Amino acid sequence: MSSPRPGFRHPDLPKNDLGYTRRDYEGAASTLCAGCGHDSISNAIINACFELSLEPSGIAKMSGIGCSSKTPAYFLGKSHGFNSVHGRMPSIATGANMANRDLVYIGVSGDGDTASIGMGQFVHIVRRNLNMVYIVMNNGCYGLTKGQDSATADRGSAGKKGRPNPFESIDLCELAIALGAGFVARGFSGDKEQLVPLLKAAIGHRGFALVDVISPCVTFNNTAASTKSYQWVRDHMEATATFDFIPPRKEITTQYEKGTTQSVTLHDGGVVHLHKCDESIDVTRRRCAIDALEQHREKGRLLTGILHINETLKDTHEILETTETRLNTLMEKDLCPGNRVLQDMMENYR
Amino acid sequence: MGEQILNPTDIQDPEYFHKVIDCQFACPAHTRVPEYLRLISEEKYDDAYMINWESNVFPGILGRVCDRPCEPACRRRRVEDKAVAICRLKRVCADHKGDITKRFPAIPGQKNGKKIALIGGGPASLTVARDLLPLGYEIDLYDDQAEAGGFIRSQVPSFRLPKKVLDEEVSYILDMGVKAHFNTYISSMKEFLKKDYDAVFIGTGAPRGKDLDLPGRQEGKTFIHIGINWLASVQYGHVKKSGKTTLVIGGGNTAMDCCRTARRLGGEKVKVVVRGSRKKMKASEWEIEDALREDIPILEYLSPLAFVVEKGRLTGMTFQPSPEGPAPDQKEIFIPCDEVLIAVGQQNAFPWIEKDIGLIFNDSNRPKVDEITFQSSIKKIFFGGDAAFGPKNVITAVAHGHEAAISIDLFCRGEDLLNRPRPATTLAGQKMGLHDWMYHNEVSEQQRQAVPMASKVKSIKDRLMEVELGFDRKIGRTEALRCLNCDMQTVFSLPLCIECDACVDVCPTTCINFIQNDDEENLRAGLSIPAGNKSQDLYVSGLLPTGRVMVKDENVCLHCGLCAERCPTSAWDMQKYMYETAKAGGK
Ligand SMILES: Cc1cc2nc3c(=O)[nH]c(=O)nc-3n(C[C@H](O)[C@H](O)[C@H](O)COP(=O)(O)OP(=O)(O)OC[C@H]3O[C@@H](n4cnc5c(N)ncnc54)[C@H](O)[C@@H]3O)c2cc1C
Ligand SMILES: Cc1ncc(C[n+]2csc(CCOP(=O)(O)OP(=O)(O)O)c2C)c(N)n1
Ligand code: SF4
Ligand code: SF4
Ligand code: SF4
Ligand SMILES: [Mg+2]
Repeated sequence: MSSPRPGFRHPDLPKNDLGYTRRDYEGAASTLCAGCGHDSISNAIINACFELSLEPSGIAKMSGIGCSSKTPAYFLGKSHGFNSVHGRMPSIATGANMANRDLVYIGVSGDGDTASIGMGQFVHIVRRNLNMVYIVMNNGCYGLTKGQDSATADRGSAGKKGRPNPFESIDLCELAIALGAGFVARGFSGDKEQLVPLLKAAIGHRGFALVDVISPCVTFNNTAASTKSYQWVRDHMEATATFDFIPPRKEITTQYEKGTTQSVTLHDGGVVHLHKCDESIDVTRRRCAIDALEQHREKGRLLTGILHINETLKDTHEILETTETRLNTLMEKDLCPGNRVLQDMMENYR
Repeated sequence: MGEQILNPTDIQDPEYFHKVIDCQFACPAHTRVPEYLRLISEEKYDDAYMINWESNVFPGILGRVCDRPCEPACRRRRVEDKAVAICRLKRVCADHKGDITKRFPAIPGQKNGKKIALIGGGPASLTVARDLLPLGYEIDLYDDQAEAGGFIRSQVPSFRLPKKVLDEEVSYILDMGVKAHFNTYISSMKEFLKKDYDAVFIGTGAPRGKDLDLPGRQEGKTFIHIGINWLASVQYGHVKKSGKTTLVIGGGNTAMDCCRTARRLGGEKVKVVVRGSRKKMKASEWEIEDALREDIPILEYLSPLAFVVEKGRLTGMTFQPSPEGPAPDQKEIFIPCDEVLIAVGQQNAFPWIEKDIGLIFNDSNRPKVDEITFQSSIKKIFFGGDAAFGPKNVITAVAHGHEAAISIDLFCRGEDLLNRPRPATTLAGQKMGLHDWMYHNEVSEQQRQAVPMASKVKSIKDRLMEVELGFDRKIGRTEALRCLNCDMQTVFSLPLCIECDACVDVCPTTCINFIQNDDEENLRAGLSIPAGNKSQDLYVSGLLPTGRVMVKDENVCLHCGLCAERCPTSAWDMQKYMYETAKAGGK
């Protein structure tokens, strides 16, 4: 355990539109290893929620099992949370979302929690397009159980034990795009400048938003031979585009050059301005997005940024035409229309 | 990007980390405050006392009456409003120490053959004696009073500083072998120089109180006194009673001592009158509080016009309300009184230094004195304390004394006075285990502790009764633990950093940033919380692999060590910085 965190904060701590400071979005002190990428992601989540002026009580944190899944204890201490079982966060999140669509759902999972034990649940939550942000803190290993290779570890990559991983890896982003996800992004825990706006855009998107964040495990997988180390990621990362995220109701003040900048309006009214690094990549087209991922993979590069975005899809509630009312506020008269309606229905089948 | 990007901070510069220790840096004698506060929290009072004694010579005295420039500078004020009670804690170690005399430096039996004269027996001269006696110098001290101590004896009232405390610390120095010539007023410098001392130190203070030359001053003179003269007469027992309704004119610390003394000598209605606003008064905040506590009102925005004397008796004074005050258009007002104490400032006066001895004076009638060496235009004559640059305070006089002693020693050894000894510094790691530091890094959230006071009713009746009772051991410990240990420095090692952001994320006060380098102004504005306090430095690293630099705003760092605990590579380390000013001859 580290020393307790002092209660004092900077006297000039800025306030957001709700009058809250960043402190109102903090959680308990982290118990993860010093230097863990997951802690950085927790802080990026804090920053994103603070900057978006989200009401902490309007957020629900969902997670599975793993070091990554522990992190909801370390951010948004005033929000709702459910720490579920290994690989089962998607079904719990689905249930919660079906019952109350008014909350902002932030799911936190690991590469083991998602790509190994939770794969069955993951693919279905993507297909169903549940309205949530699904963050994978991707360290290429099972951190909590002492660093075994996970399904996202690249072939040939080696962690602390030194044995290169013999199996092919799963690219969760590519898979999610193939399964029809409307928002897929990749970030790096060591680059908050990119990660925070990615998270803000993901929150602004309606439907399933996957943010795969490469998050070095300093203890078991930050070696020279690992493709999930700080050094490797820094040396090999490229971005589809740099971008600005303009939150809803904020005035747009910058003029963008036509041609290289592409703008996408999100469901909540926020706008993403993408300034392309490579003109051939159109992240609004699914095929193009998958091509870009494959091309970078072949070159041994790691593609980051917003990988795919499509604002035209329906989310689970729309697909299923569910009620807009929260289930706990549905009264008996809403649920039980009475004998006359029943008789009318019966009449139809006569 | 701005024109001039910042160079990496040179932490080898002894002043860089010194400045981070706000209190020590602000203390004219650079007392190692956090070190002695830690010792007090461990109840090691003798050690704490000696740290003080080496720097400020009068811990028991200063622990009561110091002007405490350290406290407004204290970091704690920037994170939580109220400073650590540094001064009152100094008193704690003085009150609770044992016999420390055996720790004093040895005085060589064999003298070095040089004789030094000190004129004036105040804190400045006593400090010179303290520094030169261990080096084998012979010291002759001349003072016109019967005992040593200067203004701290003749001016500072006993209800703030008991005679016993004063006597004890003054005699520590006299007992080191000072040859004292008391009741000896030096009336001619020309004559004095014939004594052929190797060097002369003049620490005669600023002994002349300013007067108010207004109508009625002559007629009322038996009822009107210059504050500092009056206070001395009270201290020496010549004055035993004051008027019933006394007006004190002036808003400095002398005025506060006058009004509180008058209350103790029978003054029932004592009032302080100031020209400007109360907020702008020169007196220390705590002295004003004490006066108010003793039912002494402070009347603002009144300029004195005249003393009103009827039939040979003073009946009051007239004042002009100031245009900036609440009643700008009001005509003059009359305030009745039967005694007036004038406390409107002090001046230097050197009637005993002949103009033809070759000593150059500047236009404010003070000798020309070098600000570093304290040497005058006559090479073997040195000045210090209030005599050098006008009235200040005890701790400044002590600081001058130390520097003058260095100069006198260099001078007597025929060395260059500007080739001054450097401060002794060390930077030492504080790691014990993974998360254990050799200091108490948990930040106490206790509020500043109140000091116990004697009852007002009793203390008003007795001018010798000390008002502040001082912290006991327990309160002392609680208060000492409020110190943030600003001498435990965060030291950054560029090659070790992997830019994981752990330190950025954990820092409770958002000090640490990794950003593009820029000029100072842009860098300050671009930090995640802009670094608006320009008096506090930025700690900037060299270029990191991502092309960024680490920038730490020193302003509100809590020295909690969490950055170092959470850094996976020990790129941050907590290291204790010891900075000790040089003393004459290295003693
Ligand atoms: C009323 C009052 C209250 C004060 N309270 C505080 C306080 O609470 N805290 C604080 O830090 N400071 C206080 N001060 C200021 C403080 O006392 C002085 O700044 C400090 O004492 C200066 O020290 P010094 O060594 O320069 O000279 P001084 O202390 O002034 O000593 C000079 C000595 O030289 C003697 N002398 C002068 N001329 C001659 C001569 N020709 N021959 C022989 N002897 C001579 C004087 O009689 C005196 O004894 C106060 C001052 C006053 C007036
Ligand atoms: C049903 C079940 N199987 C296995 C485990 C053991 N287990 C705990 S965490 C974990 C892997 C976590 O890996 P990941 O999701 O990548 O999280 P990380 O610790 O790397 O952040 C496993 C296998 C478990 N807790 N429950
Ligand atoms: S917190 Fe302690 S070390 Fe820091 S300035 Fe205050 S007294 Fe000095
Ligand atoms: S010691 Fe480190 S973590 Fe603590 S306040 Fe200072 S910079 Fe921040
Ligand atoms: S925690 Fe250490 S390694 Fe990480 S960014 Fe800070 S100094 Fe660098
Ligand atoms: Mg993992």
